[in-house]
Amino acid sequence: MSAHGGELAGERAPEVAARLRLHGQPVAGAGDRRLDAEPARETVFEIRDVAVHYGSSQALGWTTLDIHRHEVTAVIGPSGCGKSTFLRSLNRMNDTIPNFRLEGEVLYRGHDLYAPATNRVEVRRRIGMVFQKPNPFPKSIYDNVAWAPRNLGMRAGLDERVERALRHAALWDEVKDRLKQSALGLSGGQQQRLCIARAIAIEPDVLLLDEPASALDPIATASIEELMHTLKHRYTLVIVTHNMQQAARVADRTAFFALDLSGSQRVGTLIEYAPTRTLFTNPSDPRTRDYITGQFG
Amino acid sequence: MALSASALRDRAPRTAGTPLRPSGNLRRRMALSRALEAVATAAALFAVALLIDVAVTVITNGAPAISFAFLTQSANGLSGGGIANALLGTVVMVVFGAAIAIPVGILVGLFLTEVAGPRSRLAHLLEVVLDMLQGVPTVVVGIVVFGLIVVPQQKETGFAGAIALSIIMLPLIARASQQVLAVVPPSFRQAADALGVERWRTVIGVILPAAAGGILTGAILAVARAAGETAPLLLVDSLYHPNAIQLQPFGNGVPSVPMFIYTTYDLPSVSGITLAWGAALVLLTGILVANVGARLMLSRTRRRMGL
Ligand SMILES: Nc1ncnc2c1ncn2[C@@H]1O[C@H](COP(=O)(O)OP(=O)(O)OP(=O)(O)O)[C@@H](O)[C@H]1O
Ligand SMILES: [Mg+2]
Repeated sequence: MSAHGGELAGERAPEVAARLRLHGQPVAGAGDRRLDAEPARETVFEIRDVAVHYGSSQALGWTTLDIHRHEVTAVIGPSGCGKSTFLRSLNRMNDTIPNFRLEGEVLYRGHDLYAPATNRVEVRRRIGMVFQKPNPFPKSIYDNVAWAPRNLGMRAGLDERVERALRHAALWDEVKDRLKQSALGLSGGQQQRLCIARAIAIEPDVLLLDEPASALDPIATASIEELMHTLKHRYTLVIVTHNMQQAARVADRTAFFALDLSGSQRVGTLIEYAPTRTLFTNPSDPRTRDYITGQFG
Repeated sequence: MALSASALRDRAPRTAGTPLRPSGNLRRRMALSRALEAVATAAALFAVALLIDVAVTVITNGAPAISFAFLTQSANGLSGGGIANALLGTVVMVVFGAAIAIPVGILVGLFLTEVAGPRSRLAHLLEVVLDMLQGVPTVVVGIVVFGLIVVPQQKETGFAGAIALSIIMLPLIARASQQVLAVVPPSFRQAADALGVERWRTVIGVILPAAAGGILTGAILAVARAAGETAPLLLVDSLYHPNAIQLQPFGNGVPSVPMFIYTTYDLPSVSGITLAWGAALVLLTGILVANVGARLMLSRTRRRMGL
């Protein structure tokens, strides 16, 4: 942490970055990628003016942002500001919530995820998710990883597939001698890595992680963070975290959400979206600055 | 803050060294709570005592009848004999009835938990129907089956008996399945959903296996209940050859243990009463074993689900 922190503090990222502002008006800078230090990236998600309501209460205000391929995008913000709502909108995990309503467009590689013809099972097949609390099935370690591939017709080379997934989730060495034992016997950190292995066993394109390390101890957290760095070479990752150091350590880009007053309702709003370094060293919005310096929420 | 702390100190008894005891209101509430605990414990003990009384009576009266011959020979009219044919008949009917009631019951449970939403009217109606069915006197079930099967066929059959038993088992199994399925952690469904696997595959591959032990428990309890049912059999399956083994439920009456007890008890011989008690002991043992087995299985399932 300290190494990363020092690096962050010592280095000034370019002032101008892809940046979005409040209340949905585009801000100069969003298109200024030529000034950005990093190369142009392929876009996986284009989120266009998305608003989410649960019944009559609005959870997420008009949000527009792009998520890039092979990057880790972090979502931070105070509790209740719509981080999970936002994340779960990216693979339609909110659909089963009664009265859930989404306006705007979520384009995944050009496909409108909420178009009537879109099949949400297929959406989730490509866009996997890891939850806050590890939720392995009450099956063996092997069967946890093999279950989805089996059910999706990827039976050929199943053993290799399971091993590969467990290796990529940095769990193989710990479990290779007890693949037939129940997954419920693993530690919390191991269970969470198993859930990551289970998610990547079907080779999704995107992995969404909702506070994947918040139930884990610092060592298990470190191993999950380590994992983010390697996984992003294969997948596109979006991670919700309460831990700003974690966002600073793992994310290429960070989106900061906060509760903003819209009429009489407090609505989760995207305040700032920028390369992580910029957001943490030189935030453009005072609310971002207050939040990352701990004066708010 | 400082004020209230000092006030508290003033009110506290100045008897350093003696243990702190509740006084006033708290003392009254604790006395009431202890009284209620005593009543509840007495009621529980009463229930246990009743069960023990039934068990002791059945064992003392029935034990003299139990022998190898009693379990392996068929009934033999006035001269006694055993309960082998009745036991086999009960097994045939219960297995047949369970073969109908278990799959249908599980499907109804799945409908209630996995298909119908929490606000589904059909699901609500179904629950009411199941509860009513559970409360219908079994003799009424017997009359209905009599009208539906026995009258058109013009004879009493083991098949009719099995159908009646399955009607008695169905609501028990459906409600038990529903309850067990409802406590399968939603995180399993979420995890499966997030893997892009269709829901019916999730039901077969994750949800049912997780609930299997509990569903089986419910099924065993229902079977144990049905095995002792007498009233419907009296109506739809009481005409059979009492001394012969009859394993073919279609077209024939099939003997059963409850009917054996009912008829043997009325025999004009002293040994008949002993035989009836013996059969009751066998029935009770079977039901007790099934219940204990079911509880063990349930605790295993709970462990598996991490509850
Ligand atoms: N299923 C739901 N039904 C109704 N309202 C909901 C539901 N889920 C979330 N909300 C509301 O939407 C708002 C955003 O919730 P969300 O869970 O997205 O916040 P969050 O940023 O993830 O918070 P946390 O950091 O505590 O996880 C909250 O006001 C919450 O009460
Ligand atoms: Mg959340």
